[in-house]
Amino acid sequence: MNSVVQRGCCALLTSFLVLASDAYASDGTVEDPIIVGSKNFNESYILGELVSSLLEHDGYVVDRRFGLGGTKICYDALVKDEIDVYVEYTGTVSQSILEQERDLSLPEINSLLAERGIEMLDELGFNNTYAIAVRHAVAEERGLSKLSQISQHSDLRVFVSHEFIERADGWPALQQVYEVDWLPQGIEHALAYRAMSEGTIDVTDAYSTDAELVFHDLVVLEDDRAMFPRYLAAPLLRSDLDDAIKATINRMAGRIDDELMSSMNSEVVYGEKSFGEVSAKFLHSIGIRVRIVEAQRGTELVRNTLRHLELTGIALLSATIIALLISLAVYRIVWLARTVVYVAGLLQTIPSIALLALMIPLFGIGMVPAIMALFLYSLLPIIRNCVTALSTSDPMLIRVAEGMGLSGFERLRYVLVPLAMPSIIAGIRTSAVICIGTATLAAFIGAGGLGDPIVTGLALNDTGLILFGAIPAALLAIVTELVFEAIERFLVPGHLKVLGPASTQP
Amino acid sequence: MSSEDFLEARNLGKCFGERWVFRDVNLALPAAQTVAIIGESGSGKTTLLQLVNGVLRPDEGSLTVMGLPVPETSLESFRRKLGYAVQGAGLFPHMTVYENVTLLARLESWTKERFEARLHELMQFMNLEPELTDRYPYQLSGGQQHRVSLCRALMLQPPALLLDEPFSAIDPITRTEIHSEFKNLQEKEQVSALLVTHDVREAVHLSHYLVVMANGAVVQHGSTDSVVASPESEYVKPLFEKHL
Repeated sequence: MNSVVQRGCCALLTSFLVLASDAYASDGTVEDPIIVGSKNFNESYILGELVSSLLEHDGYVVDRRFGLGGTKICYDALVKDEIDVYVEYTGTVSQSILEQERDLSLPEINSLLAERGIEMLDELGFNNTYAIAVRHAVAEERGLSKLSQISQHSDLRVFVSHEFIERADGWPALQQVYEVDWLPQGIEHALAYRAMSEGTIDVTDAYSTDAELVFHDLVVLEDDRAMFPRYLAAPLLRSDLDDAIKATINRMAGRIDDELMSSMNSEVVYGEKSFGEVSAKFLHSIGIRVRIVEAQRGTELVRNTLRHLELTGIALLSATIIALLISLAVYRIVWLARTVVYVAGLLQTIPSIALLALMIPLFGIGMVPAIMALFLYSLLPIIRNCVTALSTSDPMLIRVAEGMGLSGFERLRYVLVPLAMPSIIAGIRTSAVICIGTATLAAFIGAGGLGDPIVTGLALNDTGLILFGAIPAALLAIVTELVFEAIERFLVPGHLKVLGPASTQP
Repeated sequence: MSSEDFLEARNLGKCFGERWVFRDVNLALPAAQTVAIIGESGSGKTTLLQLVNGVLRPDEGSLTVMGLPVPETSLESFRRKLGYAVQGAGLFPHMTVYENVTLLARLESWTKERFEARLHELMQFMNLEPELTDRYPYQLSGGQQHRVSLCRALMLQPPALLLDEPFSAIDPITRTEIHSEFKNLQEKEQVSALLVTHDVREAVHLSHYLVVMANGAVVQHGSTDSVVASPESEYVKPLFEKHL
């Protein structure tokens, strides 16, 4: 009995994974589109949109994977052929990707990238380097204008992005060059400006083309010891792309200076222009007319919600089946059941964004790694509830069921599983709600869903856009609760609801 | 062994680890009668019952049931010939009376007409109201639960019944009623019933044949009348003097 369940378990898991990856692999290559990525801040969205619009103008089919959560995710996706192009910065390539101590020139970068099948096209023109920004009032009060002054002011509330704390050319370099001996606190970059304008923090890191610098009246400290590397934006792409494609993208080269980039950023963040509008306006100015295809918020809401349901639905369904099979296979063997619950518990202690990132080397970006991560997250509540309920079944009922002549399968089918049903449903319900919440993070690895407007909203510091993802996600969680209540009413006779082991709501 | 024997044990022994529950048990129990096995807790009577339906295997000797050894495989179909009822009724709480009683018949693919007819026949015999069929066990009195449990055991018209103290958790008045209902049913269906109990009066009242167990051995066995009339040992005599 056990070995049959175990074999079935393996076969099902395998076929699920194969089906899932097949479905989405073929989905991604139907018309062989060029996949354009972007990071999750507004400038990267604009540049991603520019590259996409140029390609579409020249007749290519483009698949936009914007809002990917950071350099590592973008670069890994590029190497794994999950995306074809995104706009990167020379400083980031030198320091973070090639792990060099000094700034490399474009030819140097390309000679090192060549063996990885990656190529950087010509620079777009602007230098979006790191900058250290101080609130105007603080700068005035203390007479701050140069970065070399900052070591004298250790009492300032310094909050910088997590990436800046870690990068060799970020805080560690600053500590050395400007002789600063204290550590800053970490903050999400998109939240830092709000905190600055509310006066809750005094100093943060910024990008020199950020629109917010002007809007929030922040003072950029002069890099008087020339510490920050140059961050010249340029398209990073797979070298096996057609030369014609590269030529199309290269039409942007040298066309965007610092001032233009800042103003485009500002139009998006404060002028409430869409990425499409800003990008079209620029392309128009260099003689390229593109049609602005703006998705309506309504259709976008429907699309995001459907994608969200797809992500959570597939993950939850496969997790339910696999978790139930695993539970049935192990519940009678105490040590094995304990081990399985323990391992599933370990999976759940991995922070969700880390689990998503861990999936990228295995499954690339997009829906498959997101579904895998959600699947792993959903296992524990179901397995724990199911194993607990099955292993604490009334021994007398088991004896009666065996004595009256029910086979092992019939005992499970007619007695043990129905009696464990309230707990099993409670487990699935817990998993469903966790799934819906966690799936909003899937946007960071290009899986879409209701996390998309949240990630974009964070990049634009647009609360309305954030709520546009957050409220439907919350409603979805509530509806899910109601649906499961209905399922429970349908499947479990009323008097049994109190008999099952206590459900584990988060 | 006579062809009418329901059960025959030869030098039967069962041990758990080092401890023998009983050894050298030799019995030939008649078919179509109620056989009561009495003894104190730990005397081995429940273990004997579990050897009969194959939940446990003997460590010594042999055991034949209805002329054949207890099978090693396909125990399910063998057990379905032995209706089973236990102390506390053991009804499945998520099933209605109807579902509890007819479960095995449905698994045996009986037609609906056939198992419903059997259900109503049994319920009538056990004095259960027809409207109880849709109730869940928790909606029944203790006596009703035990009657339903007997109906479930008899559903497939098994040639034999294994009863593990099925009447011990019922109040005395109800128990007397169920006793007479059971006696009538046993006679009508000519079922071989093996009743394990520690209640001497119940055993004497219900059984045709009596087996007395003590300290891992069968102390006395024979027709109930003969055992009661001439108790043989210093163990059996006071048993009847005290309880009858």
